[in-house]
Amino acid sequence: MLRLEKRPQPSRLWTWLTPVLAVLITMLAGGALFATLGKDPLEAIATIFWRPLFGEFAFYYRPQLLLKGAPLVLIAIGLSLGFRAGIWNIGAEGQYIVGALAGAGVGLAFYPAESWMIFPLMVLAGAVGGWAWAMIPAVLKLRFGTNEILVSLMLVYVAEQLLAAMALGLMKNPDGHGFPGSRNLRQYESAHNGELISGTGMHWGVVAAFIAVIFAHILLNRHILGYHIRLTGQAPRAARFAGVRPARLVLFCLGTSGALAGLAGLFEVAGPAGQVSIDFNVGYGFTAIIVAFLGRLHPVGILLAGLLMALTYIGGEIAQSNLGLPAAAIQIFQGMLLFFLLAVDLLTNYRIRISSREVA
Amino acid sequence: MTEELLAVRGLTKAYPGVLANDRVTFAIHEGEVHALLGENGAGKSTLVKMIYGLVKPDSGEMTFRGAPYEPPEPRAARNAGVAMVFQHFSLFDAMSVAENVALGMENPPALRDLASRIREVSETYGLPLDPQRTVGDLSAGERQRVEIIRCLLQEPRLLIMDEPTSVLTPQEVDILFQTLRRLTSEGVAILYISHKLEEIRTLCDHATILRQGKNVGSCVPRETSAREMAELMVGAAFASPRRAGRDMGPVALDVTGLSVAAPGHFGTSLRNIHFAVRQGEVLGLGGVAGNGQDELLAALSGEFRVDAEAIRLHGKPIGLLGPAERRAMGLLTAPEERLGHAAAPDMSLTENAILTAATREKLTRHGFLKWGEAEDFTRRIITRFDVRTPGPGTAARALSGGNLQKFVIGREVLQRPEVLVVNQPTWGVDAAAAAAIRQALLDLAANGTAVICISQDLDELMEISDRFGALNEGRLSEVRGTRSLSVEEIGLMMGGAHGMEVAHG
Repeated sequence: MLRLEKRPQPSRLWTWLTPVLAVLITMLAGGALFATLGKDPLEAIATIFWRPLFGEFAFYYRPQLLLKGAPLVLIAIGLSLGFRAGIWNIGAEGQYIVGALAGAGVGLAFYPAESWMIFPLMVLAGAVGGWAWAMIPAVLKLRFGTNEILVSLMLVYVAEQLLAAMALGLMKNPDGHGFPGSRNLRQYESAHNGELISGTGMHWGVVAAFIAVIFAHILLNRHILGYHIRLTGQAPRAARFAGVRPARLVLFCLGTSGALAGLAGLFEVAGPAGQVSIDFNVGYGFTAIIVAFLGRLHPVGILLAGLLMALTYIGGEIAQSNLGLPAAAIQIFQGMLLFFLLAVDLLTNYRIRISSREVA
Repeated sequence: MTEELLAVRGLTKAYPGVLANDRVTFAIHEGEVHALLGENGAGKSTLVKMIYGLVKPDSGEMTFRGAPYEPPEPRAARNAGVAMVFQHFSLFDAMSVAENVALGMENPPALRDLASRIREVSETYGLPLDPQRTVGDLSAGERQRVEIIRCLLQEPRLLIMDEPTSVLTPQEVDILFQTLRRLTSEGVAILYISHKLEEIRTLCDHATILRQGKNVGSCVPRETSAREMAELMVGAAFASPRRAGRDMGPVALDVTGLSVAAPGHFGTSLRNIHFAVRQGEVLGLGGVAGNGQDELLAALSGEFRVDAEAIRLHGKPIGLLGPAERRAMGLLTAPEERLGHAAAPDMSLTENAILTAATREKLTRHGFLKWGEAEDFTRRIITRFDVRTPGPGTAARALSGGNLQKFVIGREVLQRPEVLVVNQPTWGVDAAAAAAIRQALLDLAANGTAVICISQDLDELMEISDRFGALNEGRLSEVRGTRSLSVEEIGLMMGGAHGMEVAHG
């Protein structure tokens, strides 16, 4: 009979081994899922994990990895700070949209003037936009004790309506022959977040993601504020005893995650997406939640998890077009990853013992 | 003594990295009170858990009333006639006494019948308790009676009690002892775990002493001094705390009209508390658990904000300041609950040192942590307070309760407080370590620190405090010099025997 025994302290080995194990189990279960859909499971798994990196068209897909990974990592880093402190920002998707709208709005307001100052201003506006959107659940939580999970989540749908209103109204391209969507920022030199090194997918958002990883690592390991974040998540009563002010942490964590999500939105709208359109958001804000947990809320882990998740996105698209796998199957596959991760997470704090009942 | 009731032979249990019990052999006879003595981590809990069927031994055997006995789970132990009163009660605050008792029974009778049986048992054994009362309104002593009565309804042959008197007033201890004597006169055996050696000398017929999982001897407590027993437990001689003559300075902490509304539904409100502590003085605050001790500590630490003028440190009003600001001014505190309040369970000892020492020990520069210095400070605590641990990187939850307590007290003492407030500083700590902690508190006072010691251990308070007051339902009694107090007076200050009258209603 299997028994769980609590470890005296969390196992360091398993902390790093569980994500790998979760990926492997996901491959097995996902393979079974694809098999029941009548696809060759090995082919499907290879398409998702192997083709984008080493397949025939890898030269095209590899830059995509950075393009898709950057927003995920940027958002997940912000979310992980709050998650560590037990502050649950589920609405990064909304902050991502509002950041994009604010940043793009600044860019479009200057059109067609050209200046090197426009792009930095847009970056600032993007961060402020995301921050402000995240301040709504923060202030409501502090003022009225509302639940930040619900408020931030519902604000995503508000943000989506705002996006649609902007794409169809205020920000609509005056020269667009009535089609919805803003001017294309890729054709506006001063506002374009282009590739820094041609053919690599490297843009300012990727740089920002790397900076965020380093910043978060230093914050959590070297700074008293990061210490207070970890303390609050692990032992809230001890945190109050230490003198941590919960209100300040709520403002900081929601604010930072909002700002980073806003930045991700801005880099996306000014770069790969190019314009404000109705279907601008593709769920990075939600996937980033998986990325944050897959990366163990650890900055370096999030970096790796973000790349892995980007891989399943790209591989998933290839599998959809080449193998005819339904899009929902890919989403289930990504969901499985989180599911199995949470399941095997148990091994970090518990060990499994095999015992027979007859021992006296 | 009469017949052998429970015999334990060569019982062994290993946990990863520790041999909790190493071939323990002893026997309990019918009608005797048998004490189980030992330091923290000596293996007492593991042993009784094996007897109660909560833990399965790796090897060894037990016989109960002559028959082989190996309970796979507590239910089997209860059916065989073994009952246990735990140190931590498993009661639901919002339910009545009778409902709580019913929840712990295999086949509970109708509530009305149960209520009359509870009355019957409570009267027979002199444990006054009204079955209709809500548990949330009961004192700790009364809650314990609920647990005891729950056990007695099963008509046990062996009753295991884990530190039963830590929550009782002296009068309540007397009532409990009368009950236990009555039980033994009926042939019931009692296995009694306690740190209070004087109590064991009064009550127990035999004592088995465990050290590092081994049975290192037995004695007849009545014929052995408390000191000899303590030294058997520790395996070495140790010094009793000594108080040096000292001069009291001016008032360091002045509490005037401190009132705090209870935070939760079952918390205790503090009502108009007044006291002052002078530099070099130890003020002992006694009282039965749950009479406002936690709330008073929270009000002093800054976790609760109170009226600015209600607390003054060196004359400055500090009621509105938070924990960090108060620490910076020299007011340090050590709460009772170690895991989760005084320390974060999953964090390392170094991280837990930063928890309260960041400011005073200057462990940060521009907000950045100085890990090296934090670790040095942690090592100093470990060395100075003899914290048994592999090193500063160990998680707090991996330490035994007593060792973590030494760490928590040491962390505050080494920060050279001007006023130190401790709640239950030696709770669950073995005799030698408790003596060391008390000595450290006295040494602080000798150097001019004002010490407030909140404790339920009256012997401790009598030993170290200059003046004594008792908390009762959130009120503080008159504060009086310790030397002139008798045990009866202390009992009355603590609120006497809780609920003596209700059972007759």
